[in-house]
Amino acid sequence: MDRLIILIVVILGIIGIAQLLRNYELATALRGRREEDISHKDNSMQATLMIVFMVAFYVFFAWLSYAYGGNRFGLGPAASVHGEQTDWLLDLNLWIITAVFLLCNTLLFVFAFKYFYREDRQAYWFPHDNKLEMIWTVIPAIVLAVIIILGLKTWVNTMYPEDADSSKAVKIELYSKQFAWECRYGGEANGELANNDYKLKFGNTTDVITDSTINVAIASYDEAIKKETDKMNNNAEFMADWEFKETEGKIWKYKRIRSRLLAMTDGYSKEHLDSITKIANDDYYATEIHLIKGQRYDFRFRSMDVIHSAYMPHFRLQMNTVPGEPTRFSMTPTITTKEMRKIMGENFNFLLLCNKICGSGHYKMKMDIIVHDTKKSAGYAEWLAANTTIGGYSPANDINDIDFLYWTQTAENGLTDETKAVYKAVYESNFGAEERKAFEAQQVKEGK
Amino acid sequence: MAASHAHNDHHDHHHHEESFVSKYIFSMDHKMISKQFLITAIFMGVVAMMLSIFFRLQLGWPNESFGILSTFLGEKWAPGGVLSENMYLGLVTIHGTIMVFFLLTGGLSGTFSNLLIPLQIGARDMASGFLNMLSFWFFALSSVIMLFSMFVESGPAMAGWTIYPPLSALEQAVDGSGLGMTLWLVSMAIFIASSLLGSLNYIVTILNLRTVGMKMTRMPLTIWAFFVTAILGVLSFPVLLSAVLLLIMDRTFGTSFYLSDIIVNGEMLDSTGGSPILYQHLFWFLGHPEVYIVLLPALGLTSEIIATNSRKPIFGYRAMIGSILAIGFLSFIVWGHHMFVTGMNPFLGGVFVFTTLLIAIPSAVKVFNYITTLWKGNIRYTPAMMFSVGLVSTFITGGVTGIILADSALDIAVHDTYFVVGHFHIVMGMSAVFGMFAGVYHWFPKMYGRMMNTKMGYAHFWLTIVSGYGVFFPMHYVGLNGAPRRYYNYTNFEFLDQTIDLNQLISIFAIIGALAQIIFLVNFFYSIWRGQKATENPWKSNTLEWTTPVEHVHGNWHGAIPEVHRWPYDYSKPDADGNLWDGKDFTPQNVPLRPGEEDH
Repeated sequence: MDRLIILIVVILGIIGIAQLLRNYELATALRGRREEDISHKDNSMQATLMIVFMVAFYVFFAWLSYAYGGNRFGLGPAASVHGEQTDWLLDLNLWIITAVFLLCNTLLFVFAFKYFYREDRQAYWFPHDNKLEMIWTVIPAIVLAVIIILGLKTWVNTMYPEDADSSKAVKIELYSKQFAWECRYGGEANGELANNDYKLKFGNTTDVITDSTINVAIASYDEAIKKETDKMNNNAEFMADWEFKETEGKIWKYKRIRSRLLAMTDGYSKEHLDSITKIANDDYYATEIHLIKGQRYDFRFRSMDVIHSAYMPHFRLQMNTVPGEPTRFSMTPTITTKEMRKIMGENFNFLLLCNKICGSGHYKMKMDIIVHDTKKSAGYAEWLAANTTIGGYSPANDINDIDFLYWTQTAENGLTDETKAVYKAVYESNFGAEERKAFEAQQVKEGK
Repeated sequence: MAASHAHNDHHDHHHHEESFVSKYIFSMDHKMISKQFLITAIFMGVVAMMLSIFFRLQLGWPNESFGILSTFLGEKWAPGGVLSENMYLGLVTIHGTIMVFFLLTGGLSGTFSNLLIPLQIGARDMASGFLNMLSFWFFALSSVIMLFSMFVESGPAMAGWTIYPPLSALEQAVDGSGLGMTLWLVSMAIFIASSLLGSLNYIVTILNLRTVGMKMTRMPLTIWAFFVTAILGVLSFPVLLSAVLLLIMDRTFGTSFYLSDIIVNGEMLDSTGGSPILYQHLFWFLGHPEVYIVLLPALGLTSEIIATNSRKPIFGYRAMIGSILAIGFLSFIVWGHHMFVTGMNPFLGGVFVFTTLLIAIPSAVKVFNYITTLWKGNIRYTPAMMFSVGLVSTFITGGVTGIILADSALDIAVHDTYFVVGHFHIVMGMSAVFGMFAGVYHWFPKMYGRMMNTKMGYAHFWLTIVSGYGVFFPMHYVGLNGAPRRYYNYTNFEFLDQTIDLNQLISIFAIIGALAQIIFLVNFFYSIWRGQKATENPWKSNTLEWTTPVEHVHGNWHGAIPEVHRWPYDYSKPDADGNLWDGKDFTPQNVPLRPGEEDH
C-alpha cells in the first residue's frame, strides 16, 4: 500500500511539473519570448548565484577541514619511519593543491560573476597571447618539477630504506586468503623465512617446504588418486556421464600436481633437504603481529586465492598480495601501541586491513598489530612463548639473548609463572650455570 | 511522416520515402544514430544511478532495512530489506561499468561525435553510414546483455568494474564470477566492437570529408577532441579486448594466463606460471586512455559552448589543440600509476610518476585558457553555459587531487581509499557528465528542432552541482581518514568512526542529486514533443551545424555544402576602428572575409 501511494505521488509530481512547464510555455508564447533569449534579470541572477555558490563551497571546504581534518584526518600520526616522510610530503602537496584549487576556482567564479551579458558591452577580442601562455606553461612545469623531485626522493627512501641495521631486519610473511590473514615469522634461530610451495598444502596445514611436508603431500596425493580411481572402478556403471568425466579430470589433475612436486624435489640432496628443513623449523605462525619499536621489519606478501592488499593505514604501508608473485615492503615502526593510545583513545589498535576487493568478506578481513617499546614490554614475552614453530616447539626455545632471558627471571617483570617457567628452561639449557652466575653478578653490580 | 516528407520534397533531391524501420530503427543517418545513442545512454545512466542509490543507502545507514531494496532486488539479494554483501559488490561493479563505458564512452562520444562531426566539418553524413548503424546496434546489444547479467541467478559480476583476476576468473571465489561474469565479458567484447566501428568512422570522416576551406586548423575544438578521442579508442580498446579474451580463455578453456599457485575455497588448482598483474597491465593500457576518452569530448563540447556564450574567441586556440594532442599522447604512457602497489619495480614506478605528473601541464593550460576566455567576455547564461562553467570548476577540483595520486610515495597511503573514489568521480564523473548535459542543452535544438526549458535547466544545474560536490568532496576526507573503498560497511573499525557521519551526509546528497535528475528527464522528454520550436541558429553561433535547416534532412544541407572561409571563433571581432563587423558579435564560418578583414 505504501509503495502504491509513493508511486502515485511520484507520478502526480511528474505530471505536475509537466503541467507547470506547459503553463510556462504558453505564457512565454503569449509574451513572444524565445527560450534562447536570456533576460538581463536571469543573467545577473545566475551570475550572482555563481559567487554565492563559490562562497558556500569554500565554507563547506573549511567546515569539513575543521570538523574532519584534525589529528591527520582522524587517522593519527604516521607510526613508521617512511610514514613520517610520506606525511610531510602529503602536507606539502595538500597545501600546493589547496592553493591552486582556491586560485583557479576563485578566478573562474569571479569572472563568471563579473562578466555576465550586458547589451551595451562588447566582449574583448583576445584570441591569444604567446607570452601569457608561456607563463602558465612554465610555472606549472616548475611547480611540478619540484613535486616530482621530492616525490621520487621519498619514493626511493620508502622502497629502499637506508638502514644501518638492515641485516638485522626481522622477516615476516603475510599470507592472505578469503577472508583472513596468516602471519609467519622467520623465527628466532636463523630468522630466515623458509620457502613455500602451494602444492604442499594438501594434507599439510602449511605450505612451507620441509622434509616432512613433502612426504605428507605426496602420500596425500597418492591416497586421493587411489580413492578417486577406486570410486571409478567400483561404481563406473552407476556413475552419470558428467560424474565419470569429473572424477577422471580430478585424477589427472592430482597426477599432474604430484608429478610437478616430484620434479621439483627430485634434485634435492639429503643435505639440501636438511638445510631447508632447518630453515623452516624455527618459523612460527602468529595470530597477531607483534612488532618492536625501532626494529626494521622486512615483510613478504603472498596470496592463496585472489589478489588482496595488505593495508596498514597507520604505518602508511600498502602492498598488494598476488597469487604466484611474492611482493615486499620494509618498515620500521616509530610509535608504540601504548603511545598511540594516548593520542587516539584507549581502545586503539594498529590494524592490518584488506584493501583490494576480494569477495563478500572483504570489509571485515583484519589482523591486529601490536607495537612494543622493547622485547621486555608487557605482553611480548608471553605472546612469543605461546606460539609454536613449524618444528613443533615454542619459539622462545631458540632465544640466545642472555640479557632478555635473565630479565624474564626477575621478580618485577610481570610475567606469569607459566611463562617464567618456559623461559627458565630456555635460560638454563642455553647457558651453563657458570655463565649465568657471572652474568647475574654483573647485573647486580650494575644495579639492574 | 507524410507531412514532413511533403515538406522536404521540394528541397531535397536525395530524399526518398522511408519506412518507420529504416528511419527510426535501422537508420543510417548520423543524426538519428546520435539520438539513438543519447536515449540509450540516458536509460543506462538512470539505471546506474539507481544502483548507486541502493548501495548508498547501505553505506549511509549500515545494515538498516529499506523496503525499496527488497522491492527492486528481491528477497534473495536484500533479505528483509538489508542489502546482501555479495549484491553490494554486484551493484558497485555494474554501477561503475555502466557509468564508465555505457554512459560516458558510448553515450558521450556516440551521441556527440555522431551528431557534430558531419555537421561541423560540412559533410553530408559519416564516411560509412552502415558501419555507423552497426556501431549503434552493437552498443544496444551490449547494453541489453549488461542489463540482463543483473538478472541471472548467481548475480552480476562482483569483482569491481576493473574485474581483476583471479577474483573474476574463478567462480569459486565469488558468486558473481559465474554466469554474471561471462555475460559481463561478452557484453564488453561487443561494446568494444561497437566502439571501434564508431571510432574508425569518426577518424575517416574527419580526415576525408571536410568541406572546402575547412583546414585542420579551422576545425572547431569539438572536432579536435572527437578526433583525438577516436584515435585513443582505436589504439587502446583492442588491448582491452585481448585482456577480455584471455580472461575468457582462463575461465572457460583451462588456460592460465592470469592464474598461478591458487587454492580457492579449499580447491587446489593446477594452474602455474600465469600472472594476475599481466591483466592489470592490459586493462590499464586501455583504462587510462579511457579516462581521456571520457573527458576529451566533454572538454571539446565545453570549449565550443564557452566561446559561443562568452561571445569571445576561445583563448589560445592552437594551445588548446596542442594540449589535446599532448594529453592524448601522454595518456598512453601513464597507465602504471594505477599499479604502484602491485609490487612493480620501483624504478618503473618512478618513470610512471614522471609521465603522469607531466599530464598536469597541458591540463593546467586548458584550465587557464578557459578562465581567460571568460575574462572580459560577455557571458550569456544558458543552461549549457552553466554546466560548462561547472565543468571547469570540477575539472580543477578533481584535477588537483590527481597530483597526490600520481605521486607513488603518497599513493601508498591513499591508494584504493575513498580519496581515489572522490578524485575520479569529480574529475571524470562530474566533469564528463556536466559536459554531456551542457552538450544536450546546447545542441538540443539541432537534435529535436525544439528548445529545452531554461528555468528548469537552471534548477537542474544548481541542484546537480551542489549535490555532486556534496557527494564527492567529503569522500576525500573519508579517504584520508583511511577508509578503503568497496567495503560493505565501515562499522567494524573504531578508527573509521568519523566516516560514518560523513557517509550519511554523502548518501543524503546522493539522493537529492538523483531526484534532481528527474527535472532533467521531464524537461528533456517534454521538450522533444512540446518544447518551443527552434530557430536555425538560436545561440548565434559560428559553426556550420547552425547553417542547416531546423528539420532534419538526409544530407544535412538542402543545397550545396557551405564553404568555409574562417576559423570558428570570430566572436565580437572588431574591425580596424574597434567596432563590431556588421554590428554583430558573431561571424559564421561560411561568411567570406570582408574587404580589409584579416583572417585569424
